[in-house]
Amino acid sequence: MKTAVIVFPGSNCDRDLAVALEQATGRKPAMVWHKEAELPEGTDFVGIPGGFSYGDYLRSGAMAARSPVMRAVKDAAERGVPVIGICNGFQVLTEAGLLPGALMRNAGLSFVCREVPLRVENSQSLFTSAYDASEEILFPVAHHDGNYQADDATLDRLESEGRVAFRYLDQVNGSARNIAGILNDAGNVLGLMPHPERAFEPAHGGTDGRRLFEGLLETVAA
Amino acid sequence: MKLKVFVTLKPGVLDPQGRAIHHALGSLGFDGVQDVRQGKLIELEVADDTDDATIDGMCRKLLANTVIENYRVERA
Repeated sequence: MKTAVIVFPGSNCDRDLAVALEQATGRKPAMVWHKEAELPEGTDFVGIPGGFSYGDYLRSGAMAARSPVMRAVKDAAERGVPVIGICNGFQVLTEAGLLPGALMRNAGLSFVCREVPLRVENSQSLFTSAYDASEEILFPVAHHDGNYQADDATLDRLESEGRVAFRYLDQVNGSARNIAGILNDAGNVLGLMPHPERAFEPAHGGTDGRRLFEGLLETVAA
Repeated sequence: MKLKVFVTLKPGVLDPQGRAIHHALGSLGFDGVQDVRQGKLIELEVADDTDDATIDGMCRKLLANTVIENYRVERA
């Protein structure tokens, strides 16, 4: 599988994501700078990493969402290429209009940095097929703007279409309906605030994130 | 031409920062504040012949996230 990790000025989880992808696929991902207008030929998975792209200027993810490379990411997503946005990557995907809703300042106003329990709400997606239905897992979070909000009609639609991929078991940041991660309409774009790439090997303190990448590899290769 | 773009959260959207400011005002002894909403002001200097549609486009495409925010433009 040919993977790509998008790098913006201020990305800081790009290396973590690259290491996870390399371990899962056996192949180093292409690191694609935000000024590139195209993804490498034959890219079949795109990761948008966490961090503080453009210093969170204007709104988290707002500037990154308008950078040249995001046009190429949008085109790839429309062709059905799987795209994952983690943490700041999730914020970028909502700002780019690839996922509905918005990520606002945490309700408690504090930066939240800890391991949180999640429930896998949809274990049939491209990204979550290696998890059991309603399985409870642990991923770390580290964010200031993770408070997912959308209007009720959008939230109802996400719920009824099985597009809530992960839900927090506890109140973490004030997110509507405790939503931690969502899928797009077609199911090939996932955005989530928690960090699966930081729960990849035992030294991380947990390995629940590993199956997200391994499961993806199986479904994409199949 | 100078433009002032006021970006505010839509009514009903939770504003944790506004609430914290409200709380801080109360703790400073300013009673009777009913509500606080925080927004932002963006000042632009544009060509005099910039039309409304272009200005509106700037607001919708970048300056405001219309999922959660409203905007209002004042021409100086």
